[in-house]
Amino acid sequence: MSDLAKLERRRRAIFGWLLLSPAAILLSLFAFYPSVATLWSSLFSRGTRRRPTEFVGTENYTDLFADPTFWIVVKNNLIYAGVTVPLSMFIALSMALWANSKISAKGFVRTAYFTPTVLPMIAAANLWLFFYTPGLGVLDQIGALFGLPSVNWLGQPETALWAIIIVTVWKESGFFMIFYLAALQTIPVDLREASDLEGAGRWTYTRRIVLPMLMPTTLFIAVNAMINSVKLIDHLFILTKGGPSDASKLLLYYIWEQAFAFFDAPHAAALTILVLLVLGIVAAVQFILMERRTHYQ
Amino acid sequence: MSKNAFVVLDNIGKRWKGQLGVEHISLEIEEGEFVALLGPSGCGKSTTLRLLAGLEVPDEGRIIIDGTDVTSMPAAKRNLSMVFQSYALFPHLSVAENVMFGMKVRRVPKKERLEKMQNALDITGLHGLEDRKPSALSGGQRQRVALARAIVAGRKLCLMDEPLSNLDAKLRNAVRKDIKKLQSDLGMTIVYVTHDQTEAMSMADKVVLMKDGRIEQVGSPEQLYSEPTTTFVAEFVGAPPMALIQGAALDGFTHLQTIGVRAEKIRVATNNHRMTCTVTDCEFLGAETFIGLAHEQANGLTLKLDGKADMKIGMQVKITFDDQDLHVFDPAGQRVDPR
Repeated sequence: MSDLAKLERRRRAIFGWLLLSPAAILLSLFAFYPSVATLWSSLFSRGTRRRPTEFVGTENYTDLFADPTFWIVVKNNLIYAGVTVPLSMFIALSMALWANSKISAKGFVRTAYFTPTVLPMIAAANLWLFFYTPGLGVLDQIGALFGLPSVNWLGQPETALWAIIIVTVWKESGFFMIFYLAALQTIPVDLREASDLEGAGRWTYTRRIVLPMLMPTTLFIAVNAMINSVKLIDHLFILTKGGPSDASKLLLYYIWEQAFAFFDAPHAAALTILVLLVLGIVAAVQFILMERRTHYQ
Repeated sequence: MSKNAFVVLDNIGKRWKGQLGVEHISLEIEEGEFVALLGPSGCGKSTTLRLLAGLEVPDEGRIIIDGTDVTSMPAAKRNLSMVFQSYALFPHLSVAENVMFGMKVRRVPKKERLEKMQNALDITGLHGLEDRKPSALSGGQRQRVALARAIVAGRKLCLMDEPLSNLDAKLRNAVRKDIKKLQSDLGMTIVYVTHDQTEAMSMADKVVLMKDGRIEQVGSPEQLYSEPTTTFVAEFVGAPPMALIQGAALDGFTHLQTIGVRAEKIRVATNNHRMTCTVTDCEFLGAETFIGLAHEQANGLTLKLDGKADMKIGMQVKITFDDQDLHVFDPAGQRVDPR
């Protein structure tokens, strides 16, 4: 190889690394290093004035597995994810298909659907607090019109988690709709016309053409929705604080509680590692499974 | 107007928000005919095709296909197939699935489906590519998949919307022949939209030349070439198109007339010349050379010489032509029959 070609190759390699470095540095500093540090601190005991921190291996983890609250929280989060992810995706897709069709006031409909996304979660939670409040709340007021008894949606263990789920779905659907809407607009009109000519109805067209072509978007949204089902807990602070009796407590809220209410950093770190592990595995599985059925253009 | 033709467009009109799409389109197409809708962009040829396909609904007029009034029928019921300019292949489906899509929708039994698909792939020469996705095909192959999809259902009427415009020149020539052969082999009736007059002239039995949403002239390629009814047709058809000369520039014509003459009828004058022009360019094509000529009272004058001919740009050339080869148009641009 000539010197010039070698030089050129090196120049390109350096250029590539230069392009990568900002993201690499930021990620290392704020994502990779904290993860490793968390893993490290999860292996030590909580230091008190009398007993300094010492290496305890997996003791923090075994503690967690023995803790009944941990299992309640895990169950809550599974229900929360199991309902919010598919439900918000389904609603998002339905709204997108509708908002993409030939309707009047299309702009208004899209804006209306997107509004919940614009609101900060804390504001949205306050809004819903007003809906849910027993006696004064909108839900109770409407119920009273039909002679229904007052229900304390957020205050009883049977309904608290579901009330939280509804807020999340309401908040997320509009956001996911935007992705579906964007994807729908990249599907050329003549595919619709071609399938019309072949005699395919609206449903066949949607099922055989539109949904498969939306698969990359669906994959993207699914991964995001799943991560959000762990990440999105702002409304818990306003609505239930995890109560009553842990009925609506979710993992991240529990971690926050451990770390900043009970000041038990090692257990919080252990919990965090578990969450990272599970999220990583689920995301990997989702990618592998759906990749096979996904067509990228 | 007889209603016995295979396809009848009866005084079709379509407007968008007051803007003209097409107007007074009346056309008859016989079964097995190859009809080209020709015209510059924006002339309404694609609109006409889409109206015929049922992808648009006409504001006025009637459409009859094979004896049935289909004016208000959806596209699927019109018993026709279509090749789109973009091919409109389903990107997530393989070649075989693309070709079989319509039959699957119509619940054709699997055995028949596969048979017909194989047959269509035979005809279009796509064997071995059944499992490829459109993104893994070349432009020409995609075009053939679109063709296969159009012929697999065995519809009698096939509409094509500029099917060759995304292919390179060489491939275009080859596919042109393929389509023509396909049409005569299968006995299909084809309505073919193009802006390329060579395409229309070389393939069609009947050419419909359109301008500004109206039909300018309908006729066989020979008719359009040798008897253009308007100056627009004269200037659109033929390569090079007909030269138009103001009547005042020639003896024996009035200044109100426009005279048309084809390149192959123009000669270099040996004794009596009728015009003196300046050479503007030389285009050597192998078998002949086209010499562009400029004259202040004429447009598009071209001299066709055999073989390689050298003429310096800026040179003066004396030319002549015979009266019998001239086309005469009135001030409105309409053809006047020779006296």
